[in-house]
Formats: sequence, C-alpha cells, structure tokens
Amino acid sequence: MALEDLCHFRDIFQEDITTERFSIASAISSQESPSAFPLPTNLPFTSSQTVPLPFPMAHGTTTLAFMFQGGVLAAADTRSSCSGLVACPASQKILPIHSHLVGTTSGTSADCMLWKRILARELRLYQLRHSRRLSTRGAAKLLSHMLHPFKGTELCVAATLCGWDGGELFYVCSDGTRLEGMLFSVGSGSPYAYSILDQGVRWGLTVEEATSVAREAVYRATHRDAYSGNFVDVFHITSKGWTRRKREDLKEEYYREKESD
Amino acid sequence: IFTLQTFGDPGKMKDYHYTGPVEHRFSPYAFNGGTVLAVAGDDFAIVASDTRLSEGYSIHSRDSPKCYKLTDTTVIGCSGFHGDCLTLTKIIDARLKMYKHSNNKTMTSGAIAAMLSTILYGRRFFPYYVYNIIGGLDEEGKGAVYSFDPVGSYQRDTYKAGGSASAMLQPLLDNQIGFKNMEGVQHVPLTKEKAVQLVKDVFISAAERDVYTGDALRICVITKKGIDEQTLPLRKD
Repeated sequence: MALEDLCHFRDIFQEDITTERFSIASAISSQESPSAFPLPTNLPFTSSQTVPLPFPMAHGTTTLAFMFQGGVLAAADTRSSCSGLVACPASQKILPIHSHLVGTTSGTSADCMLWKRILARELRLYQLRHSRRLSTRGAAKLLSHMLHPFKGTELCVAATLCGWDGGELFYVCSDGTRLEGMLFSVGSGSPYAYSILDQGVRWGLTVEEATSVAREAVYRATHRDAYSGNFVDVFHITSKGWTRRKREDLKEEYYREKESD
Repeated sequence: IFTLQTFGDPGKMKDYHYTGPVEHRFSPYAFNGGTVLAVAGDDFAIVASDTRLSEGYSIHSRDSPKCYKLTDTTVIGCSGFHGDCLTLTKIIDARLKMYKHSNNKTMTSGAIAAMLSTILYGRRFFPYYVYNIIGGLDEEGKGAVYSFDPVGSYQRDTYKAGGSASAMLQPLLDNQIGFKNMEGVQHVPLTKEKAVQLVKDVFISAAERDVYTGDALRICVITKKGIDEQTLPLRKD
C-alpha cells in the first residue's frame, strides 16, 4: 500500500513477536484536534445542561473475558436493548481491532462502535509510524486518554481489551478507570456471569473447558438479566491471532436443559 | 450502566393530571412521525416508507415520502424529525459529490453506511433525531440493508423497520422473513414479488394501528437495472 511504502513499513503481523525491533518510541504524535472527523465536535461546554433527548439510547449487556493457559477468551451476548425494546437481537459486541487484539463493548453501542474504530485507526497509524505494534497495555492507555476529554459527558464506554503480547487483558471505562486483570465481566448481567466464572475459571483449563465455562456464564446471565439475551459470541486469542466460534442461539440451550430435567 | 432521562414520550398524549408547576424548556426537536422499512433479497433490495408528515394532532402533509435516492444502487429512508432528515440528506448528498470528485467513482452502499455512521456520531452531544435505514446493492450485486440508531451505531441486516410503527412491524418481519418463532418451517428464499407483496401488507397493518402512519405508501425496488418506484394508497384517517 502507498502509505506503507512511504513509511518504509515492514508488516510485522505475520512475524513472531520476539523478532520485533524496539525503537525508543516517542509519545504517540498528537493526533489532530478533535475537530478532525469523526470525534464529536460540539462538546457541551457552553450550556450547563445538555440538550434533552427525545429518544433512549441502546444499553444493557453481558460481556466477559479471562486469561488462561491457552490464551485469552472473550464472550458476550448479542442483545442490544433500548429502554424496553430489543433494538437488535443480533448485534456484535466483540469487535476485532486488529489481528491480535479484540475488544468487548458495553454501554452505549454507538459510542463503543465508534471509539473502537477510532482506536483501530490510531493503532494502525502507530504501527505505520513506529514500525512496531502497540502493546495491549499501550492500547488501553491510549483509549483511556482519548476518552478523558469526554469525562463527565454522557459517553458510556466500558470495554475490555484482550490482546496477545504474551496474553493481556485490560478493562477501560469512560469514567477513567483502567485496570489490568485476569478476569473481567462487564454489563448489567455481569453479577450473574461472575458467579459462574469465579467457580469455574482456573489457569489450567483446556480450550474446550474454558469455552464451555464462558458460554455457561453468558447463558446464565442472559437467563436472569432482562437486558441480555439472544445469542452468544465467543472469541479466542492466542499467539496466532483471534479465532471466532460460531454464534450460538441460547434458545436451543434452554430447551436442551429443560428436556434433561 | 446508566440510562438517559427522556423528557416525555415524543408526540404522545401527555397526562392531564396536575402534578405541580412544570418548567417548559424550548425543545429543538419535534416528532414528525412516519415509518420506514427495508428488505434485502438475493439480487434486490426494497426501501418503503409511508408519506404522512404529522406533528402532534395535525397532519402537515399527505405526500411527504421518506425515501431519498442517493445513488443508482442506494436509497435511504429517514424518519423522525423532518428538519434533521432534510439536513442530513443534504449533507449526505454533498459528501457523495465530494467523494465522486476526489475518487472518480460512486460510493458503494457499505461505504455510505460507514460514512453516515461517522456523520451521525459527529453530533453525539446534540444528535440528529433521525432513524435511518439504507437499502441497496453491495459490490457483489446482493441486497444489503444497513440500519442505524440516531447516534451512529449501525449494522448490516436482511430486513429492518424503523420509525413510529417499528415496534409493531419488526416482529412481523422477524416471523415472515426471518422465519423466527416458528418450528418445522421450510426456509424459502424471498422472491422480489413476494417481498413487495409482504411490504404492502405490512404497511396496511401498520396504518391500521399506528396513528402516525398512513396516507400513501412509496416503495422503491432496487435491482441492478435501476430503481423502480411505486405508490400505493393507505388509510387517510
């Protein structure tokens, strides 16, 4: 691609991570002011109250991610609700950012979708400028700092970034939280998911066992939480990149369970 | 997760109980009603809308269709606040021209959808009160429908209803086109004729039960030969 030639860029996505050359990278060159598309330009600094909206936003979810010996696993439901109406029963809440980084989204779907896109753009620009991929830790910090000017506004983004630099998991929230951890669950259904995960997740799980724990956790959460439901998506991240399991309808699971009672 | 305050349901009857003095702020939005629907098939797409423009208890116009032609293969349906619909379509047209002049080709449906998402999100803190649905053909010639929320979240669907009667129409479409909530049914692919008939039936039902939908139905059928428009009368009451 033309931009790659201009930057004398060598695509390192295909190469093993240990052969990257590390440059003493300066801080990420400051991106253009927020007036460059598509960051929202009209921050409500002038009015003390924001404009009252005549419609509700899309919220409510169950997402989870955890690390184990086989990599990082991320799972989420697919229901996108809008104060009582299911606006979309098949939305995608786990968005791939690049081949080795996946982000789960929770909060307002428009905010999550657009900020993930902005993050993907910035990570790609970083990679082209500095000839190396930004680590998951760096991506989390970048996202957190990009969201900081909007703290106190109605932006609602609660994402977990699951990446492979040796396996890393970070939770970033629009109120400024940025945490590293081994296990996170986010959303209105997270208390139910946590109970399954706290019982079932161990470091030594195999990939099949881990997938079934993740699926079970999302299933139980969708069963009890009104704002989660429909399908479950499972993504698995390893040194070779992310792989996606086929989307599963939880209705079948529910009837299977009923029959075995 | 926090929910946003909604200041009364738009356009619906307010309660007549006296709860105390209420401060009325100027609201920059109005709700002009209308329903939009889009269906994608194997080699066609349909975008349909009613043509009633209302506000509160009045009807401003019986002939204000909500489908706007963007390119030879893409039509957008916008319902919600008519002022924002007009401005948004003007902005999209301008951006389409700019793209055509810089890149010497017409924008594809997918590209228009991605662009609209960023246009809507640019006004995240004072949104366009418009529910958009784009219907068109993708680069392979297959039907594509992209549905949006007012702040730019979007995804590709096979069918979607938006606007005032969307909550009534969407379950019907889920059943008839998506074969949902039925057991043991053969999934027959949708033909263009069956799809047009279904859209007509669905709007007739919507006009029965939704006060903001009615007067006439405008259907745009998009195939690789071009865009074919039909108009059908609906209930005027």
